[in-house]
Amino acid sequence: MAEILLKNAYVIDPISGINGEVMDIAISGGKIVEEVSSKPEVIDCQGCLTLPGGIDSHTHISGTKVNFGRYMSPEDMRAGRTAKKGPMHITSGYSVPTTYGNSYRYSALGYTTLVEGAVAPLEARHTHEEFKFTPLQDSCANILFDGNWGMLRALEEGDIKRAAAIIAWTLNAVKGFAIKLTNPGGTEAWGFGKNVSCINEKIPTFDLTPAEIIKGAIRANELLHLPHSVHLHCNNLGTPGNFTCTIGTFGHVPDLNDKRQTLYATHVQFHSYGGTGWSDFCSKSEPVANMVNFRPQIVIDMGQVMFGRTTTMTADGPMEFNLYRLHHDKWSNHDVELETGSGIIPVNYRKKNLVNSIMWAIGLELALLVKNPWQCLLTTDNPNGAPFIKYPEIIALLMSKRYRDAEFAMIHQDTEKRVPLPAIDRELDWHDIAVMTRAGQARALGITDLGKGYLMPGAEADIAIYPIKTDEIDPSAEYEKIIQGFARTEYTIKRGRVVSRRGDAIIDGENTTFWVKPKVPAAYDIQHDPTFMELFERNYSVRMSNYPVQEEYLHRNHCIETETDL
Amino acid sequence: MDIKDVPCPFCGCLCDDVKIQIEDNRITGVENCCTLGNAKFLSKSRLQHPIMRKDGKWVEVSYEEAIDETARILSDAVRPLLYGWSGTVGEAQVVGVHLAEEIGALIDSTTSVCHNPSILAIQEVGHPGCTLGQVKNRADLVIYWGCNPIEAHPRHMSRYTTYADGYFIDNTATDRKVIVVDIRRSDGAKVADEFIQVKPGGDYLVLSALRAMVRGKSDVVPDSVAGVKKVQLQRVADLMMKAKFGAVFFGLGVTMSRGKYKNVRNAIELVSELNRKTKFTISAMRGHFNVYGFNEVLTWMAGYPFAVDFSRGIAFYNPGETSVIDLLEKKEPDACLVVASDPGAHFPKSTIEHIAAIPTVQIDPCVNATTALCQVQIPVAITGIESAGTAYRMDGVPIRMKKVLETDFPTDQEILERIVTRIREMRADG
Repeated sequence: MAEILLKNAYVIDPISGINGEVMDIAISGGKIVEEVSSKPEVIDCQGCLTLPGGIDSHTHISGTKVNFGRYMSPEDMRAGRTAKKGPMHITSGYSVPTTYGNSYRYSALGYTTLVEGAVAPLEARHTHEEFKFTPLQDSCANILFDGNWGMLRALEEGDIKRAAAIIAWTLNAVKGFAIKLTNPGGTEAWGFGKNVSCINEKIPTFDLTPAEIIKGAIRANELLHLPHSVHLHCNNLGTPGNFTCTIGTFGHVPDLNDKRQTLYATHVQFHSYGGTGWSDFCSKSEPVANMVNFRPQIVIDMGQVMFGRTTTMTADGPMEFNLYRLHHDKWSNHDVELETGSGIIPVNYRKKNLVNSIMWAIGLELALLVKNPWQCLLTTDNPNGAPFIKYPEIIALLMSKRYRDAEFAMIHQDTEKRVPLPAIDRELDWHDIAVMTRAGQARALGITDLGKGYLMPGAEADIAIYPIKTDEIDPSAEYEKIIQGFARTEYTIKRGRVVSRRGDAIIDGENTTFWVKPKVPAAYDIQHDPTFMELFERNYSVRMSNYPVQEEYLHRNHCIETETDL
Repeated sequence: MDIKDVPCPFCGCLCDDVKIQIEDNRITGVENCCTLGNAKFLSKSRLQHPIMRKDGKWVEVSYEEAIDETARILSDAVRPLLYGWSGTVGEAQVVGVHLAEEIGALIDSTTSVCHNPSILAIQEVGHPGCTLGQVKNRADLVIYWGCNPIEAHPRHMSRYTTYADGYFIDNTATDRKVIVVDIRRSDGAKVADEFIQVKPGGDYLVLSALRAMVRGKSDVVPDSVAGVKKVQLQRVADLMMKAKFGAVFFGLGVTMSRGKYKNVRNAIELVSELNRKTKFTISAMRGHFNVYGFNEVLTWMAGYPFAVDFSRGIAFYNPGETSVIDLLEKKEPDACLVVASDPGAHFPKSTIEHIAAIPTVQIDPCVNATTALCQVQIPVAITGIESAGTAYRMDGVPIRMKKVLETDFPTDQEILERIVTRIREMRADG
């Protein structure tokens, strides 16, 4: 069994309470162990910053809409092509790289686990196919339920247990990891070209409001004891004044779980806008962050915007159409029967654009104003706010007020009047960054029990070693060194093997897909429920027997079985 | 023995409700299927052994010899072309893409000669689409433009559109309107509420006229456009704007007639425009059962849906230069591997002559027009009947094809993997 001994590693491991200790880490058989037996391969870390492998809790890397983002964008493919090198395949793409491109580039940044943020269950097979070709990271699929007719009908009838049973069957059938709600109710309304404006408006085709869908899904999630909480993309994304909707949503969230949050709200930057229109558009990061500060049951991720070209893609079909009407560039839409929607448009966030400049500031403000780093995780909602390769720059911005000021001087000059950013002096430290890029994700996703997100014996040997000597860098002044240091690991170790060395993948790798299987009592096994079967057979365009994702698509995988309260 | 819910490996509809009766490992009956699918399920003719031309004559050879010869041909080639792919599953296509990458080949699919212009249009203006079930449940207006589903996709209307039960449609016979646009009164036109007969080559003009009307600029439209009367166009534009959910399906009549990708772009922009008034979607009527799957596979692996040239050491895409017809027309390829398609039956004569002039290998269960152009043919299991795997329906929904018969024939994937292995061995031997 392959063994590695990391010597002189400068470790920050927030889950284990380690904040900057020089230590050795023994690895055997893919796990971290107390000690290695025979003659291990020794890697001298020379005091370099050593963290658990990075975890992206919300990214778009695999599946129908991601691939359509590539399909419709040869200009983006040309902008990021690399040749074959060693075991590395050819890659294409800048903001939506090919699967190998995603995998190699995430690995160079030290990332070892990725959560695909939005998968329509009907098309989940596609996501699993692409996971196979994203070999250097473990993967999880968040499954969209925002417009799921079976679940909505159960909620309409007030039958939470039935809703939970339908969720359980679907997650198990499509080998999904968690419940995702994207603009709940809004994607169903989009089936006839409509949307919902906020959480208390009835949706057109069911006797339900978004608030009722969110509350119902949260209760069902906890009945199923899923590792992760409900993962929510709030209603009303991207519209001026939407912060009231976001705060209203957060106000509905009870505290139901001791181990983790009860709601994960994603890309909250896009949901923290003030103003009544684009002319008085402004930041409302303060009230949103305050709400999070008062509610430990909520974890958010930033959804940071960075300047430059990227591709936006979301299940939020109506939002993408609105964006298309602003940008007038190309627009794709893909509604999925009985389940959800989706849309894609390319965008270019410009420093000279006031709205874009304010968006940039809001993401940073959220990270700096949320007091507890465990409650605000670092993301760009890749690639919506920016491609993930921008993460090192975001880390530097959070650690250096001087860098923020230097950037602020470059953006639209009116931004100052609309955002609190210049008045915020907080600079995050190395430990905060370790929380916001791996430990916080592991805890929020509920995968610490699976050995994710820490570096003690028993943990998966997923490790990132960065060419950073924390005692030799003043982050607040030397932000360029932070960017360089986080842009390319010395070593990325995945399941006990060095997979990436100084930016290059050095082996083919093989990923593991994590999925959940709630143990549902026979009375709630919806598979043989006549009403559910009828809904399926009458309305879907595929047969129920052909719907579940077969074992063949899982390859290496880990099934998380949960006890339920049904 | 009966096997239910078998997906049909014929066209892009991927009907997955077919029932197969099997006796002694033979298909004896097929239910729910159209005549096209039926013929495929019940087909008996096939090539029994690998064949190779020796001294101008076909001789039966072993799989080993056929694979050896294929590997030699591809290894010796300076400009190999890997073509076809639409009649096999993603698992085999993946091997094909890796092979193309490894030997620096140009890889292209049947897309190149069907919906290639649709993809070019989508790359310019995007694609407002949806899954077919969304149309089935919601569409009160269905438009078939430049296609004839009754002949080419016989169950499209009954499963997904005109005659399908829809959740929001009380009476599918009366509550769904159907418009057919074509240059001739096809069978499809006979069931339409409105038939628009366009003069050949006039689609672009008619689309432009409709766009003007939808934008409230009817006054700029002349009394007759490409043979269509203005009053009819206005009636149709009004139907479109009044629909709660309109779905446009288009075929090669739009993509391969005068105007090509500009026609498709115009149609997409009409649909985008209509979305400002109501709900509208547009979808291509894809042909082979897994033509869309190849587009998906090549895109996630190389970044582009078709016509990818690996000869420069990166994935290079420039349709018109890297698309199969253009390449053959310039007589560039010096070897060709054809998988799961039949270019001999569909390509222009000059390109077929070039395929015949260079060493060409075909991997296919049956003797077809391409056989005559080949040096080697390797028969394989029939995908979707004798081997399983993934196919993507015309709307992007992935479906697992079933294996319903046992066979001794190897699969496309196995043959391709053996070719890759053999090429590596030859290279290692120098």
